Amino acid sequence: MTDTAPKPGSAMRGPFLLLSPSDNVLVARERAPEGTEVPLEGGAVMLARPIPLAHKIARHDIAAGDRILKYGMPIGIATEAIPAGAHVHVHNIRSAYTPTHMLQDADGLSAGVAQ
Amino acid sequence: MNGWLRQDGRKGIRNTVIVAYLVECAHFVASKIVSGFPEEDVQLIGFPGCYPNEYAARMMDRLCTHPNVGAVLFVSLGCESFDKVRASEAVSASGRPVKTLVIQKAGGTASTVQMGRDWVRGALAEVAEVPRARMGVDELVIGTVCGGSDGTSGISGNPAAGKAFDLLVGEGAACIFEETGELIGCEEIMAARAVTPELGRALRDSVQKAERYYATLGYGSFAAGNAAGGLSTIEEKSLGAYVKSGDSPISGLIKPGDVPPRGGLYLMDVVPDGDVRFGFPNISDNAEIVEMIASGAHLSLFVTGRGSVVGSAISPVIKICANPQTYRNLAEDMDVNAGDIIEGKRSIEEVGREIRDLVVAVAGGALTKSEALGHREFILTYKSFEPIGPACLPAA
Repeated sequence: MTDTAPKPGSAMRGPFLLLSPSDNVLVARERAPEGTEVPLEGGAVMLARPIPLAHKIARHDIAAGDRILKYGMPIGIATEAIPAGAHVHVHNIRSAYTPTHMLQDADGLSAGVAQ
Repeated sequence: MNGWLRQDGRKGIRNTVIVAYLVECAHFVASKIVSGFPEEDVQLIGFPGCYPNEYAARMMDRLCTHPNVGAVLFVSLGCESFDKVRASEAVSASGRPVKTLVIQKAGGTASTVQMGRDWVRGALAEVAEVPRARMGVDELVIGTVCGGSDGTSGISGNPAAGKAFDLLVGEGAACIFEETGELIGCEEIMAARAVTPELGRALRDSVQKAERYYATLGYGSFAAGNAAGGLSTIEEKSLGAYVKSGDSPISGLIKPGDVPPRGGLYLMDVVPDGDVRFGFPNISDNAEIVEMIASGAHLSLFVTGRGSVVGSAISPVIKICANPQTYRNLAEDMDVNAGDIIEGKRSIEEVGREIRDLVVAVAGGALTKSEALGHREFILTYKSFEPIGPACLPAA
């Protein structure tokens, strides 16, 4: 097999992918159960909740107001401090453009949705 | 590949008889005509509105003279505003058999259905005589759209579609990507790929127009399922969607109904010009697919993560599933499993080449999954556009 996805420079962190070297989030390439140990540069962390496929966690501690980088590009702004290993999603980041609209039960966080 | 040769020199990869209703009031009668031909390539399209709209009239012209279309039956109630005489003249001038039935004059539902089916039967025999001619990849127009996106779309399906676009542009095809509302946040990197600085400015302006338009409406081009699938913001969705354009230089900016003048990569600006008037730019994925078909797309690549099942009238849809879980759930609807990339089984290059080869096979007559299942979705609503500016299509 030649280079496997996603992009040159991507790297594995347990079940998570680093898409670009400058990113401060990692992307789940499969559903990661609660308690999964993820090796990060700042030391291993245990996931406090299950992370669904293609959802993001913090690569390191992120301060409120920091830009979130994925694919090496800004995808939003942290609305609160996010510790390394925590789920990064609509509850703690916002768009720099238009607000994200979602249903209460469809944010990927609620019971029954993350499966 | 062998295409059906049309009078304007373009070639079709299908030879469809279209039945088009010109107002919602004629929809049922038109669909009854189509349902008389379950084994033939007879398809339903239409425009629901009773009030005139330049965009809809132009779209209908382009769709009814699309290279995949062999003949057209218009079904009118009789009192709607759609200019059926002009539409019929446009189809007739393209060398295609055309007929207009007016329900109010034809004696009502049953007699119009009977007359319509009789005409379609004759048209099917006529289009069977259309000459075939050898067709190259450089004669193809291919669109790409993503729908039901999630966090896998930007990692697997869209980069693979982008790779296929690079291969097809390299072979001389015209490839169209679209939805400027889903390129918000990508305008600077995209403008840098334009073949001229003036085109780069036009690309940037088109995304800024989309941003203003969506801000007025109060929603981005972002559905609840996008968030459930791991996408947090419109710019995250945009960056994932943007990669389906591949790495080729951007040759032009077109609007719905503008046919690319030659091979290359084109952005389609789908956001209306002027004040916000008729609501959301594209109320669902099929509206975007129809606009690319109006610009000559012979087929479309549709990348989905959450799992769409749609096809389209007129031009086949190749469905590329980005999410391996979704693929296992909906395999009967999916043509390509790009989820292999997420699971490390195949590379982006390998899946991109599979998509390119499937484009050539479908252009050669192979049915896509949605075609074989009978999907022929279609939607056309009100919009308004200004013509493109002089910077949008630089000379080659």
